[in-house]
Amino acid sequence: MDLNFTAEELAFRDDARRYFRKEFPAAIREKVEAGHPLSKEEIIASQRALNARGWAVPNWPKEWGGQDWSPVQFYMYQDEMQQANVPAPLAFNTSMVGPVIAQFGNDEQKKRFLPRAANLDDWWCQGFSEPGSGSDLASLRTKAERKGDKYLINGQKIWTTLAQHADWIFCLCRTDPAAKKQEGISFIVFPMTLKGITVRPIQTIDGGHEVNEVFFDDVEVPAENLIGQENKGWDYAKFLLGNERTGIARVGVSKAKVQRIKELAALERVGDRALIADEKFREKLAAVEVELKALEMTQLRVVAAERGQAKGKPNPASSILKLKGSVIQQQLTELAIEVVGPFAMPYQPVEAGQNEPVIGPDYATEAAPDYFNYRKVSIYGGSNEIQRNIVAKAILGL
Amino acid sequence: MDFDFTEEQRLLKDSVDRLIADRYEFEARKKIMAEPDGWSRDIWAQYAELGLLGLPFEERHGGFGGGPVETMLVMEAFGRGLVLEPYLATVILGGGLIRAAGTEEQQAALLPQIAGGKLLLAFAHVERQSRYDLFDVATTAKPSGGGWVLDGAKSVVLHGDCADKILVSARLSGNRRDRDGIGLFLVDAKADGVARRGYPTQDGLRAAEITLSGAKAEAVLGEPGRALPVMERVVDEAIAALSAESVGLLASMQELTVEYLKTRKQFGVTIGSFQALQHRAVDMFVSVEQARSMALFANVMVSETDAAERARAMSAAKVQIGRSGKHVGEEAIQLHGGIGMTMEYKVGHYFKRQTMIDLMFGTADEHLAKLARMGGLFGAAKAA
Ligand SMILES: Cc1cc2nc3c(=O)[nH]c(=O)nc-3n(C[C@H](O)[C@H](O)[C@H](O)COP(=O)(O)OP(=O)(O)OC[C@H]3O[C@@H](n4cnc5c(N)ncnc54)[C@H](O)[C@@H]3O)c2cc1C
Repeated sequence: MDLNFTAEELAFRDDARRYFRKEFPAAIREKVEAGHPLSKEEIIASQRALNARGWAVPNWPKEWGGQDWSPVQFYMYQDEMQQANVPAPLAFNTSMVGPVIAQFGNDEQKKRFLPRAANLDDWWCQGFSEPGSGSDLASLRTKAERKGDKYLINGQKIWTTLAQHADWIFCLCRTDPAAKKQEGISFIVFPMTLKGITVRPIQTIDGGHEVNEVFFDDVEVPAENLIGQENKGWDYAKFLLGNERTGIARVGVSKAKVQRIKELAALERVGDRALIADEKFREKLAAVEVELKALEMTQLRVVAAERGQAKGKPNPASSILKLKGSVIQQQLTELAIEVVGPFAMPYQPVEAGQNEPVIGPDYATEAAPDYFNYRKVSIYGGSNEIQRNIVAKAILGL
Repeated sequence: MDFDFTEEQRLLKDSVDRLIADRYEFEARKKIMAEPDGWSRDIWAQYAELGLLGLPFEERHGGFGGGPVETMLVMEAFGRGLVLEPYLATVILGGGLIRAAGTEEQQAALLPQIAGGKLLLAFAHVERQSRYDLFDVATTAKPSGGGWVLDGAKSVVLHGDCADKILVSARLSGNRRDRDGIGLFLVDAKADGVARRGYPTQDGLRAAEITLSGAKAEAVLGEPGRALPVMERVVDEAIAALSAESVGLLASMQELTVEYLKTRKQFGVTIGSFQALQHRAVDMFVSVEQARSMALFANVMVSETDAAERARAMSAAKVQIGRSGKHVGEEAIQLHGGIGMTMEYKVGHYFKRQTMIDLMFGTADEHLAKLARMGGLFGAAKAA
């Protein structure tokens, strides 16, 4: 056993660090650090900057812009990116639909979609969940009927993140209602501009607009937009979900948050001293840091075990990363509220062009909304209860 | 010992519950929030009619002569309804301060106006640096022409945007964090030198930033320089009242969650059939009951005249309410899945209100530390 990185790995890390902190657009990083939501334009600009360096889709096959990195290098890339407050490339494009098309799409589709997905020329959204099908995704009912050289799509998706920005949607649709529920699903992609598509915003409890309902009313989709084989969509969906093995823990993001909380707690005063000098506050923060370090080590073990494994095969250990990683992110939002105390109470979403001064310290605006919004991280991407079911079954054999 | 309500209390509870059920249906609440004040003057008048606005005041002041139990019944119902009106600010805090510190003349002049729904008050005590310390006061009060002139800035003044008069804590003498030297002043909200900036809080209620620049106080309440004990006592009353409101919030979240577990189907069965979730629901229920018990305790202890005893009890209640609230609120969202995350569904609104209550008058963690410093609840700790 050798827990040290090799010289090459360290050199790679230094290079990544230098790029993210010195070359990547600083304005975007500052906004992320402050916890302010990015505009659509900023998200696009951010991904294009990464793509220009060949770092938007390192996880893809080399011929489509991927990198020949070792699992350790992937880990370092992610960790350095997150710690530098560089937003991750849009997951729907780069870790969801992209890898599926690269693996199961035909050449035509690869050429048509992949370069544009990498550069965020097309913004993709994920049409999986439905009102009646959340944890039990395979029960989905959105129908795609084959009519000549077209599919006729009817049904509804929900929780579709950032559908309001999306150019394309990748959708799980039922193509064989008679088959066993996992065996009648297909993976179909289509533009959001087609006739018969309606997007309705859903406001989340933090006040933001990040999710939507998407309705399909006799939407006609060319049959060539089927990815892979008809009725094999469930396999592709599993491949897609299994792809996000380690990023899900967001260890680097949490490290950056810890750093930020320490900086802000040095500015806030309790009585006659800084909050950061308060023993109790420091203990609470340190307790989260311990969990975070343990999670990082666990993540490195998963990374190391990944060497030589086939891509897209779900590793049940990634459930541990999701479980712990989500709770740590949530705990940090609570500490961020504690930093600002009563100034977490005013509801003051930061809007472009606003010129009224912030109430309380200018870092107070997102504290409570983040706490509310981060309840989502233990719900989506397979809820924490579902992750526990996976561990119970796949690891513990219960 | 008798945990049952008297006939009168039951009647009060029934009429308040009915009013809230009537006026505070979830969709109706959205409309109320969109009104210019962010709450309803019309419903306020109904509270006055029912006697709620004078509930704790003596009858000779137009009041109902109610005690903490009556307040508790009302606040729990307000919690269930997610009520938006400035009841805490006007009746509990404002009315409480006038009752506790005002002269007979002041009480006779002001309390009937509150009870009649004609006077709105707010208590301005938070400052940029004060966090939860009531005694941390930088705003100054200087004698001038037989009266007082105030200078300073107050933050997150609950319902300070609509108040007719504002009760302001200000320092006459001593250092910023001295317990002595604080006075309590009544300021007309429209007086020269008073500037307000109103805004919504995260839970959809309202607050204001208030700047005082040479603002003339209309009256001083109690002995100038010795206002802290009175402020502490009234804040204790507010904590007891908020504990009861929390019980309404928590019980509602717990009931909504159980209802959802019984109706939401996944994998062909109701999700309430999963034992993993049943146990979580049971833990929520236990948390609510612990909170309910502590709210009762707080409301029994709030009339305790020994300030230290009372403070211990209120801190204990704030700890329990805060912890139960966080547990029940987070679980309620989690067990609802995506729907719990939306503004369109009620549970998230309860969760946000509960989160704000924890931030008022000291969080659970603050009060835990305070209680520990005071030696806990049972017996005396032996010196090491
Ligand atoms: C902010 C946000 C963004 C999202 N973005 C997208 C997106 O872009 N695209 C998309 O397709 N989906 C998206 N989702 C949907 C997300 O994947 C679902 O919310 C999730 O799968 C849970 O489904 P549900 O909300 O229907 O809850 P349900 O499945 O109804 O679950 C309710 C509760 O029951 C529990 N539960 C369910 N089954 C079991 C079981 N067998 N054992 C124990 N407990 C169980 C759950 O853990 C949860 O606590 C998003 C969700 C959120 C909140």
